[in-house]
Amino acid sequence: MLRSKDILGIRDLSSEEIIHILETAKDMKERIENKKIREKSLKNFSVVTLFYENSTRTKMSFALAGEYLGADVSDLGVATSSVNKGESLVDTGITLDQMGIDIMVIRHSMSGAANVLARNVKASVINAGDGVNEHPTQALLDLYTMYEKKKSFKDLKVAIIGDIIHSRVARSNVFGLTKLGANVVVGGPSTLISKNMECLGAKVTTDIKEALKDADIVMGLRIQLERQKGGLFPDLREYRDLFGIDEEMLKYAKPDALLMHPGPVNRGIELSTEIIDGPQSVINEQVKNGVAVRMALLHLLAEGRKNNEDIDSEWTYTRPYIQNRWNQRCIG
Amino acid sequence: MKILIQNGRILDPISKTDGIKDVLVENGVITAIEEKITASADQIIDAKGCWVTPGLIDVHVHLREPGYEYKETIKTGSRAAAKGGFTTICCMPNTNPVIDNEILVEYIKMKAEREAIVNVLPIGSITKGQKGEELSNIGKMAQAGICAISEDGKSVMNAGLLKKAMKYANMFNLPVLSHCEDNTLVGGGVMNAGEMAERVGMKGIGADSEEVIVARDIILARNTGARLHICHISTSGSVQLVREAKLRGENVSAEVCPHHFSLTDEAVEGYDANTKMNPPLRSAKDVESLKEGLKDNTIEIIATDHAPHHIDEKNCEYDRAAFGIVGLETALPLGITHLVEDNILTPMELIEKMSTNPAKLLGIDKGSIQVGKIADITIIDPNEEYEIDVNTFASKSKNSPFHGHRVKGKVKYTIVNGKIVLNDGELI
Ligand SMILES: [Zn+2]
Ligand SMILES: [Zn+2]
Repeated sequence: MLRSKDILGIRDLSSEEIIHILETAKDMKERIENKKIREKSLKNFSVVTLFYENSTRTKMSFALAGEYLGADVSDLGVATSSVNKGESLVDTGITLDQMGIDIMVIRHSMSGAANVLARNVKASVINAGDGVNEHPTQALLDLYTMYEKKKSFKDLKVAIIGDIIHSRVARSNVFGLTKLGANVVVGGPSTLISKNMECLGAKVTTDIKEALKDADIVMGLRIQLERQKGGLFPDLREYRDLFGIDEEMLKYAKPDALLMHPGPVNRGIELSTEIIDGPQSVINEQVKNGVAVRMALLHLLAEGRKNNEDIDSEWTYTRPYIQNRWNQRCIG
Repeated sequence: MKILIQNGRILDPISKTDGIKDVLVENGVITAIEEKITASADQIIDAKGCWVTPGLIDVHVHLREPGYEYKETIKTGSRAAAKGGFTTICCMPNTNPVIDNEILVEYIKMKAEREAIVNVLPIGSITKGQKGEELSNIGKMAQAGICAISEDGKSVMNAGLLKKAMKYANMFNLPVLSHCEDNTLVGGGVMNAGEMAERVGMKGIGADSEEVIVARDIILARNTGARLHICHISTSGSVQLVREAKLRGENVSAEVCPHHFSLTDEAVEGYDANTKMNPPLRSAKDVESLKEGLKDNTIEIIATDHAPHHIDEKNCEYDRAAFGIVGLETALPLGITHLVEDNILTPMELIEKMSTNPAKLLGIDKGSIQVGKIADITIIDPNEEYEIDVNTFASKSKNSPFHGHRVKGKVKYTIVNGKIVLNDGELI
């Protein structure tokens, strides 16, 4: 059981909840692989995806997860809807709520956007990435991939390399991994990494070799060219030479280390093609696990909603904003 | 109209009076302050257990008129001020249009005369349209009655232009109220840079963006002889810069806002945009320094930076939300709760920073409760405890992070020019 009606970030989940989600995902993965056991546990549930920032991959993953469970999944084409005409996030949410949507999946360029939506609607909200804050479903699929291969997180060394400061994936992984007992080292150029990351429990270094040394998991992150234009590093050639990972660099990690990347990869920049397609890479596996994890989340949220349907329980969050809003309207 | 205030604790920072006395107000002027006054009066106020203080003065308020009347107007802002115990407020020029010429100053004064229930003093912008390119009509605005100049909302980034403005303003004896923020260092930040920003995944505003300009403006003021006042000081480093300037004997003053000494950036955790302000809520260490600065008088003024915003500008994504919170109605209780109750300031020092020192900065004959003075008086019950409820605010906007906070200290009466505008906690 999940404590909240929403999945807003790994920061809010307990380690028990995370493990429960991963165990549920294991069952879901079997359902993906074997059509005969697909169970329509989300029949009559409506899911809508609201992507204020494009990501075909994540959106597709959610849509398939919903469909495999029998839910009705629709997409609010943000680019073509009233949102584009300036409707606020809160108004969009309230409108969808009135239409009886059970679960809203939101991707947004601003941190905390999912939180704002969640406290203004009755529906369950899943954060599919908000600003530089969190990307909990990506982190959960990463965690699932590690869990499947390594069986336990205890004393696992995870090295995350690249543009840490702008990476919600890195942040969600740090929250999750440290909760589960793993050691996380984040590495990258000093302008793409923050010392404050240490307060989240990760070790911070600009020395990539040190980060990779004896790692059980090596995770590369995507570099965005606009960061270079923003003056955060000189150019891609220098980045590749100093911070890119190739076969030589990967040797610093344990021989059985897993190579991961949230995708899409810039081949030859953050990771060399040889290792992307090499035996240690589980990058393709991550994609499949993504659907399984999202099925697990939809399943667990729906279960919670069924259980809480008629009871005015704690679980259905109080919504201070809505109350405020009405109060304020009344006194004019 | 005769008002007799009985048995209150008089707090007058100028004459250092602190004792139980009666006060008589006749035709807008204080005519007697004595142990026992037996004169008849139109209204007798029993101030037993209360402080009777010079009317509070806020040098930093945003009234939003003209241009943003849906957030606040001169009328509603003045009512909020009266509820908060303020008898004089200075309004910042970042309206639409910007207050950059005498016609707009006249407009504010005329509106205030008609609709405001407290004294309203306009502040003129430093540059035309606050664009940072050409000087505003500072001289003409001075003639029309501005009390200071400020580019509040941003810094004049061109140091050469600011230096000219300082020299020019000197001719008219106008203080320069400086909003210290280097926009090349802010980089799209929305909250204090530090551990909490890391935790919630938001872009931080470092202390350096404030301190660089504090240092620059102190240097420019030294060279021009300008009367520099640093607005809403928020970092440990800024406090130190002002402290050092004062030790060198420079003509610099600083204000702190109640939210900056009452809250830390921990408050941002739930992404409630009512915690979004500029400068942002800082770390516990900064708050400690601000309190030290208040204690050793490095910071001699408490100002609210009352910044009303509509609910739609706050109930949204944090990045998108407007900066600023309302402050007029919470300033005094926050001061009592976090400064007096915690023994940072005595009641007299608190009143000095909320009335006497602001009057000195503005060069106006207020901030003192003495015979012969205009009767701007605030009566405060320092012991009343309650929960702040934004729904009771007189301000048009309710954007406060203090909703539900327990505080001590309530304004009971506000008297402006001898007229009661807040009567036993109720606006008239
Ligand atoms: Zn300001
Ligand atoms: Zn301001």
